[in-house]
Amino acid sequence: MGDNHHPLAEMAEEDGDHQPLRGSDPPDQVLDTVLETVLQFLTCRQDRNSASLVCQSWHRAEALTRSELFIGNCYAVSPARATARFPRVESIYIKGRPRFADFNLMPRNWGAHFRPWVSAMSRAYPWLEKVYLKRMSLTNDDLALLADSFRQFKELELVFCEGFGTKGLSEIASKCRQLRVLDLSDTEVIDDAMDWISSFPEGETPLESLTFDCVECEINFEALEGLVARSPSLKKLRLNRYVSIRQLYQLLIKAPQLTHLGTGSFSQSENIQHLDDNQDLDYHSAFAACKSLVCLSGFKEVMPEYLPSIYPVCANLTSLNFSYTNINPQQFRSVIVHCHKLQNLWLLDTVCDEGLQAVAASCKDLRELRVFPVHPDEDIEGPVSEVGLQAISEGCRKLQSILYFCQRMTNEAVIAMSRNCPDLVVFRLCIMGRHQPDHVTRKPMDEGFGAIVKNCRKLTRLAVSGLLTDKAFSYIGQYGKLVRTLSVAFAGDSDMGLRYVLEGCPRLQKLEIRDSPFGDEALWAGAHRYYNMRFLWMSSCRVSRLGCQEIARSMPHLVVELLRYEEEDAPFVEEDNNNFSVLYMYRSLEQTRNDAPESVTIL
Amino acid sequence: MEVSRKMVNLLGGGGGGGGVGDLNLKETELCLGLPGGGSSEVAETLRATGKRGFSETVDLKLNLQTEESAPLDLKEVPVKNGPKEKNLLSAADSAKDPAKPPAKAQVVGWPPVRSYRKNMMAQKSSKDESPIDQKLSTASAAAFVKVSMDGAPYLRKVDLKMYNSYDQLSDALGKMFSSFTMGNYGAQGMIDFMNESKLMDLLNSSEYVPTYEDKDGDWMLVGDVPWEMFVESCKRLRIMKGSEAIGLAPRAMEKCKSRS
Repeated sequence: MGDNHHPLAEMAEEDGDHQPLRGSDPPDQVLDTVLETVLQFLTCRQDRNSASLVCQSWHRAEALTRSELFIGNCYAVSPARATARFPRVESIYIKGRPRFADFNLMPRNWGAHFRPWVSAMSRAYPWLEKVYLKRMSLTNDDLALLADSFRQFKELELVFCEGFGTKGLSEIASKCRQLRVLDLSDTEVIDDAMDWISSFPEGETPLESLTFDCVECEINFEALEGLVARSPSLKKLRLNRYVSIRQLYQLLIKAPQLTHLGTGSFSQSENIQHLDDNQDLDYHSAFAACKSLVCLSGFKEVMPEYLPSIYPVCANLTSLNFSYTNINPQQFRSVIVHCHKLQNLWLLDTVCDEGLQAVAASCKDLRELRVFPVHPDEDIEGPVSEVGLQAISEGCRKLQSILYFCQRMTNEAVIAMSRNCPDLVVFRLCIMGRHQPDHVTRKPMDEGFGAIVKNCRKLTRLAVSGLLTDKAFSYIGQYGKLVRTLSVAFAGDSDMGLRYVLEGCPRLQKLEIRDSPFGDEALWAGAHRYYNMRFLWMSSCRVSRLGCQEIARSMPHLVVELLRYEEEDAPFVEEDNNNFSVLYMYRSLEQTRNDAPESVTIL
Repeated sequence: MEVSRKMVNLLGGGGGGGGVGDLNLKETELCLGLPGGGSSEVAETLRATGKRGFSETVDLKLNLQTEESAPLDLKEVPVKNGPKEKNLLSAADSAKDPAKPPAKAQVVGWPPVRSYRKNMMAQKSSKDESPIDQKLSTASAAAFVKVSMDGAPYLRKVDLKMYNSYDQLSDALGKMFSSFTMGNYGAQGMIDFMNESKLMDLLNSSEYVPTYEDKDGDWMLVGDVPWEMFVESCKRLRIMKGSEAIGLAPRAMEKCKSRS
């Protein structure tokens, strides 16, 4: 539509050999060198994409100087194609599964395997230094290959990944001698009964960041202690819940230079080996010695009576993650009153509206807030409500990002937030009861979300919930001109809802919809958008197999996957040709992938 | 129940009224049956010393369960309310009637909280005691193990600490994998474990048999050891075809034979 640079054309340009246009000047070596030297400084990938479209020599120079490669969808482009176009990549960022896979809406073996990437890169980029994977599946063998292939490997970050175990970690630890960063976040690690901490080499290490708070297996604490002691550059350490508070103490006194700390369990260990458990160590002083600490997380099994030990660091904290921390409003308040510099705060709703009021009073600099439910159910009284949201909006005017789970909400509070926090970039409200109207007026939540898209001019990410009619979507289409990511669940009345969005939001990249009454007509209405989007997810909606087939047929560069989700007692209540639960479609330069499981049909 | 009583008789009728010493002895004895979880519930006493048929663990109850007990898979925190139905598809219909959402129906992946977080919270709600109690309560850390079923497209995880007996675990597994199994285990659904030929029939059939990997890395048939011992030593579960489990059964048969 409006876009002059068709993104697929851009991607397809490097296909095959580039023949210079007849009549153009022969390549100017000097110019190329200058170009490369200059383009090296271009770091933003959107800028680089634009630069590559200027002309052939810019395209070539940009490709030669791109050192950071971002693959937003691992199936949009093949490893072969990517490594062919960009020969000098030093760090790579790959995203696999779509986000809804986190909620068990996709079969586990759906795909997003790291193997083909690491294989290709082991040949193409022997100098590779950094790998960042999000929602990918990788095996111990993949990690072994990585460790063997890249002599200068420095940083590994795995977010929402799975498929490997401690054996794989051990490979990384032992072979990557220049390893600076090993960060595992929300990643499943199989217990292969391998002491990976002991696999780090003897002697001083260049480790700067070690994050394993999600690893659900015991670790060798002595080895960890030794590792921390011989890692003078260590700034970020995030422990798992198998590390007790006593052990934390022992680490803290060895590493007061830490800037980011995940505290582990923050409670006493279960096996009472230490007879002097009753004799409390001076945790307060240990924390006080950490003058550089700005980011605190963990507290996975917190014993609230130990919380006061963190008071000395609160004044400097910019980031606090209490989202696994089951404490009551009073316990929370006594911590938060000290945290005046806080910018990022993750909480459990056990702190109640009261706790949020305390946040509003103390954290004037807050940019990001996430409130998670301790009981993710639908039919219960929730501890946080519109009261908390309103308080936050009044106290934290600089808020940019919010994720808020609640059982009840009002349009008024949402409208208030839209007015008080005009800098909002991310607004994700999850009213857990499906189709819940405004708690006070019993009206749909249309006006609240409408106000958000209307008043928050910088909004790029939106997640809606509660009772919503097509009106809400018309607002989004009308005002949400910068929205890139939209999450919809149990909302809307008719195809018009989806049409409003597809026709109104030119920047839309990622659209994930579940259990909403949008069908084939709406799907068709968006056909002009799909090549400009990263993906569309629709599950338990009203699209039919036929409708999907039509789209697939008319758009050859769109991969249309139909997933069958079989859950225990799920009755299949649809027509004959609708034997799928999930439609997942994305643009791609490649042929149909060959690693899909049986439950996936690719049209 | 028939089998357990039979077993009890074979043993000379220890029964639920047996003395404390009796109970302990049987508790730790290696046998084929399921001594029960050592639970003090009255309902369990009959089973506490009796042994039940192997198939009770095997019998993954496949029929649609409308539920009495709390949901046992990991997506939900145990909820006290009434019957739940898994309902993927009719949510769109309920949009027509905003005043009455299907309050009791549970839906996959809703609310959108990741399993890891739900699991961590589930542990916490059982730990809502004072810090002193927390200290005193025995290792209440969860014991999550992966559960795979041959032929199923994805694995699950269970927290063994959430169950008190093989029975409960068997129920949970049955619910989790019911759409993948086929199966009936014969008319009564019970197999006399002492009867080698019947056991062999089961193991030769295409029915499913739960096995587990223990701390030593060996693959064992579920049901041999007392429940607590099982929870301590089980590292992962695999529900495999009976015919594949056949290599594991003789070990169990040996133990049983040597006893009687």
